[in-house]
Amino acid sequence: MSNPDPMAEIRASFFVECEELLEALQDGLQTLESGSHDDETIHIVFRAVHSIKGGAGAFGLDDLVQFSHHYETVLDQVRDGRLAVTPNLLRLFFRAADQLSDIVRACRDDAEAPTDTGDAILAELDAHLDDKVEEDVDEEISFTPTPLSLDLDADIEEPSSAGTTYTISFTPEPELYETGNDVPHIFGALAELGALDVTCDTSRLPELKQLAPEANYFSWSLHLTTDVDHAEVASVFEFVEGLCDLEISCDRDALPRAAAQPTLRETSEEATTNGSSGTNDQTTKSSAQKTVVRVDIDRIERLVNLVGELVINQAMLAQSLQSAGLSPHSDAMNGLDEFQRLTRDIQDSVMMIRAQPVKSLFQRMSRIVRETSASVGKDVRLIADGETTEVDKTVIERLADPLTHMIRNAVDHGLEETQTRLANGKPAQGQVRLSAAHRSGRVVIEVSDDGGGIDHDKVLQIAVDKGLVPSDSGLSDAEIDNLLFLPGFSTASNVSDLSGRGVGMDVVRTAIQSLGGRITTSSEPGRGTTFSISLPLTLAVLDGMVVEVSGETLVLPLNVVSETLTLSDTTVECLQPGHSVVRVRDGFVPLFDLGAALGYRPPCDTYVDRVALLLALEDDTRVALVVDEIQDQRQVVIKGLDDSYYRAPGIAAATILGDGQIALILDPSDIVAHAPKQRARAITPQSLEA
Amino acid sequence: MSETETAQPMELLTFKLGEQEYSLDIMSVREIRSWTRATPMPLAPSYMRGVINLRGTVLPVMDLAERLGLPKCAHSDRNVIIVVKHDGYMTGLLVDAVSDIVALNQEDLQQPPETAMQDGPSVIKSLTLIEDRMIRVLELSQIVIQAESDAA
Repeated sequence: MSNPDPMAEIRASFFVECEELLEALQDGLQTLESGSHDDETIHIVFRAVHSIKGGAGAFGLDDLVQFSHHYETVLDQVRDGRLAVTPNLLRLFFRAADQLSDIVRACRDDAEAPTDTGDAILAELDAHLDDKVEEDVDEEISFTPTPLSLDLDADIEEPSSAGTTYTISFTPEPELYETGNDVPHIFGALAELGALDVTCDTSRLPELKQLAPEANYFSWSLHLTTDVDHAEVASVFEFVEGLCDLEISCDRDALPRAAAQPTLRETSEEATTNGSSGTNDQTTKSSAQKTVVRVDIDRIERLVNLVGELVINQAMLAQSLQSAGLSPHSDAMNGLDEFQRLTRDIQDSVMMIRAQPVKSLFQRMSRIVRETSASVGKDVRLIADGETTEVDKTVIERLADPLTHMIRNAVDHGLEETQTRLANGKPAQGQVRLSAAHRSGRVVIEVSDDGGGIDHDKVLQIAVDKGLVPSDSGLSDAEIDNLLFLPGFSTASNVSDLSGRGVGMDVVRTAIQSLGGRITTSSEPGRGTTFSISLPLTLAVLDGMVVEVSGETLVLPLNVVSETLTLSDTTVECLQPGHSVVRVRDGFVPLFDLGAALGYRPPCDTYVDRVALLLALEDDTRVALVVDEIQDQRQVVIKGLDDSYYRAPGIAAATILGDGQIALILDPSDIVAHAPKQRARAITPQSLEA
Repeated sequence: MSETETAQPMELLTFKLGEQEYSLDIMSVREIRSWTRATPMPLAPSYMRGVINLRGTVLPVMDLAERLGLPKCAHSDRNVIIVVKHDGYMTGLLVDAVSDIVALNQEDLQQPPETAMQDGPSVIKSLTLIEDRMIRVLELSQIVIQAESDAA
């Protein structure tokens, strides 16, 4: 696989870098917005724009250079304290950041950036410049620096005066040479760290007659002046560890200090604690700036698939060992347990590679809020919570569209007009809160506003008008809320520019469902509306409860199963034919016959002595699913049904069992939601045949 | 019906459903597998036999005879699943037995007479005679896509 254009690769990595810089820019601006105007934040913002400009110059992306230059110049004034950060200016900075990311993306895709908004922002930016700066604009553009850091030698030429001098004594063992290491290379690496002075001790060199050709007679003493820490110096010798006699000691720079005594003490202290302090330094450093490896997503994808196969394989192995009649205490079975644990660890680690914080997604949403609020003329503030929550990359990508829609809805429909807000005693500025959190093995993302809430009468009226529900349906408030998700429903009485493009909440719901998620809404009149999306953490593996129903093996997500019950005469009560409840401690829980709900068999006559799984669903409802047998509790690899055209209600996905058979993974909430309809259909002769 | 590729020779995979002989353009056939038990899909149309494991992917299998309104496929050892790909979707078609691969030219194919197409969609694209036996050439898109709208 040869890349015909090496430049394309460098270009691609520039754009990846741009994305990171844009993120840093957003972060910085948000910090500024939250009121902390410290120099460091302004520096970060400035640097982000500056680096983009630099890279753009190298690739001849003139639009980008032009825009970022103007942006940078204004930021520079802020940095110098010539310009104060005002809310207005900040808003301009945000818009400029949005425009900048548009231009970056346009450059990446070789598309046209929207110039009209760009020009407007440029004009506004320029308005903040004072004349003096304006003059040297042109000059600076023509001389755009290309920050290719090739200053490897620079350190050597001008050793930093504040650096540390390390004294290294180094005596290689013969093994060092045998393993193919070479001393000059090591010294070369050291020389890159700072100024190096090498002395070779040849005193042990015997006469030529006695010289054994493979022995080593040299030792070296080196003086390295550098500002890197001990650990980094030591890391040069990483590969020859154990193959040489090595001593690295350091003394603070030899510059004479006023008080000689304390300096000495400090030095000796440094020398003894140096190992630990070195590592400490590094950890603090790494927490500030993580080391990141960029990996092609395809490779990770392949790894995920392989691990999936591994899990299936391990299940097959377990099954065949069990059927061979091995004692559970035999070595093989113990080994298998260990194998299982390792597989799980590998799987978790692989999934962690794919997981990404939702931050990038949330930043995109803050832009949506800015744009939407500007176009509908409302003052809206987005509050984001839990940005560090990690979710599978695919989930993040596929969430962008539904979330955008929900955010627009919240701003456009959720929040009232400013006058109405003020009349109701609310602050003029509306609030949209976006939060993400891990909750019982799933990710819950909530979009809430502090607007007027869902107008139940109005919603019901629209639904009735559109013939979606009969007028005498007598729906509860919660049921009315859910009408929003019906296809062909839109509450906006006048179609605005933003919503009402024929895309309703039903599309959002479909998108969420295709990710194995669910969306619910709740609202309080006068206080606001909350939409919450609950998603699986990963799309690849699931902890499942394996059950059997009329000869079919089925898998239920383990996280919804709260306990298992054996039904008896005393606990099951029949409310009316086809509707039974089971008494669980003090509560009554409705029973669902899984076999019948799926149409595998007619409802069974009696539930006595059957096994039931008590499920706690996300909306806090509890149901008991009657199954024939509980088989096992294990991890299963999710095989999507996306590739086939058929999607059955109640079925989330499928998995492959140890014997190569496919078992369906159920979506309990969906089964329960479909249950009444299914019950009716279950008695049709056609489905009985299946 | 594609009239554009008139002169091109084509190959057909012929197979049996009951006593009748059918065929599919071999270009749409991915592989042929022996019958394995399918996991039934709940509440699916009755011709959907369920899903099977095709080397790690989930493959829906339909009983082609039943799909075409013929009596269900009688179970025997010679039953096979023809894996076809249409429009990016893989589907398994359960048939009684695979017979042969025949090569013929487009002009050997005849349009089915109008009357034969009156009820139901045109699942049969054309007819041909091979050694005096009539073989029906199936229109795969009608079979697979129809199933899709049934399921929706």
